[in-house]
Amino acid sequence: MDFTAEQIERYSRHILLQDVGVEGQEKISNGKVLVIGAGGLGAPILLYLAAAGVGTLGIIDGDVVDLSNLQRQVIHFTPDVGKPKVESAKEKILQINPEVKVVTYHQFFTAENAFDIIKDYDFVVDGTDNFPVKFLINDACVLAGKPFSHGGILRFDGQTLTHLPGTACYRCAFHSPPPPNAVPTCSQAGVLGAIAGMLGTIQAAEVLKFLTGAGDLLTNRLLTFNAKTMNFRTVNLKQNKKCPICGEHRSITQLVESEQAVCEIKSKK
Amino acid sequence: MSKIKVNDELQEVTLPLTVTGLIQLNNVLQPDMVSVQLNGEFVERGEFDATELKEGDEVDFLYFMGGGC
Repeated sequence: MDFTAEQIERYSRHILLQDVGVEGQEKISNGKVLVIGAGGLGAPILLYLAAAGVGTLGIIDGDVVDLSNLQRQVIHFTPDVGKPKVESAKEKILQINPEVKVVTYHQFFTAENAFDIIKDYDFVVDGTDNFPVKFLINDACVLAGKPFSHGGILRFDGQTLTHLPGTACYRCAFHSPPPPNAVPTCSQAGVLGAIAGMLGTIQAAEVLKFLTGAGDLLTNRLLTFNAKTMNFRTVNLKQNKKCPICGEHRSITQLVESEQAVCEIKSKK
Repeated sequence: MSKIKVNDELQEVTLPLTVTGLIQLNNVLQPDMVSVQLNGEFVERGEFDATELKEGDEVDFLYFMGGGC
C-alpha cells in the first residue's frame, strides 16, 4: 500500500513511532476489527480505532441511543437520541476518518449469528453490557480461534484481558455467567462515565498493538483498576486446566446462550 | 500471626484458615461470586471450604464486571 501525502500527514504521529512506522500503519489500514456494542466501551474504542485508520470497522448493536447513554457514550450526541447506535456511531466515524470502511449490524450478537459475523474480522472487541453476551463472545472466539479483548466496567472499577488462541480465556478466570441479577450491571449499580473511556482506550490500544505487533499484549493477564484509588493491577493468569471451553475436559463445544439479565430485557423496550 | 498476600497486599492472619475464611475476613461483598487464585492456580468454588492456606500464600480475588454499556 502506498500512502498519499495526506495519509502520511494524517498518520504522521503513528509513523513517527519506532514500533509502528509506515509498515505498522499499513497493518492498521489493512486491519478488520469487530466492535460488539456501541455503548460506553464501544464509543471510545470506535473513536480511537477510526482515528487510527483501521481499515474496516464492524459495529454490532441492536439498541437505539437513549438520553441516559450520553453521560458516557461519547460517540453519540444529543440529537442522536432515538437513532440506532450503529448509525450514530458510523456517522461520527466517517466524520473523523472518511477512509474507514464501516460495516453495521443493527442487531444483537447471538449464538445464531456469532460465527458468521466474526469470521470476517481479524480481532473482536467486547464492549457489551451483560454477562451472557460476554461469555458468548468468549466462546465464539475461542471456538473459532479468533483473538479478542474482554472488557468490563462497574461503578469505579474496570477490568480487561486480551485473548489469543492458546492463552487464558475469560472462562479460565470466570467459569460461567453469574445467575441473572446476582451481580449488578451498570444500569443497576451505575458507572462513572469516564471509567468507560479509561477502559475502552486500553482496549483500543490493545487492538492497535495486536495489528502492529508492537509491545506485549494483555494475554495471560487480567488488568484491573479502581478509579477511587487509581490503583492499577495486573493479575497473572494461566490457562485453567479445568476451563470448560479450553481446558483438558471440554464440556462446551458449541454456542449456547445463557439467560439475559432482567435489566437487559427492560432496557431493550 | 502468619503473613499471606491478598491482591498484592500483605495481610496478617491466624492459621488455620481456609479460602472461605479468608473471603469472610475480607468482607467480600458477594462471596459466591468471587473467583479465587491461590499461588497462580484457580481454586474451584466447591473447594473453597476445604482449601487451607499457609504462610506466604498469594491469593487473588477476581470479581465479575459485566458493564460496558
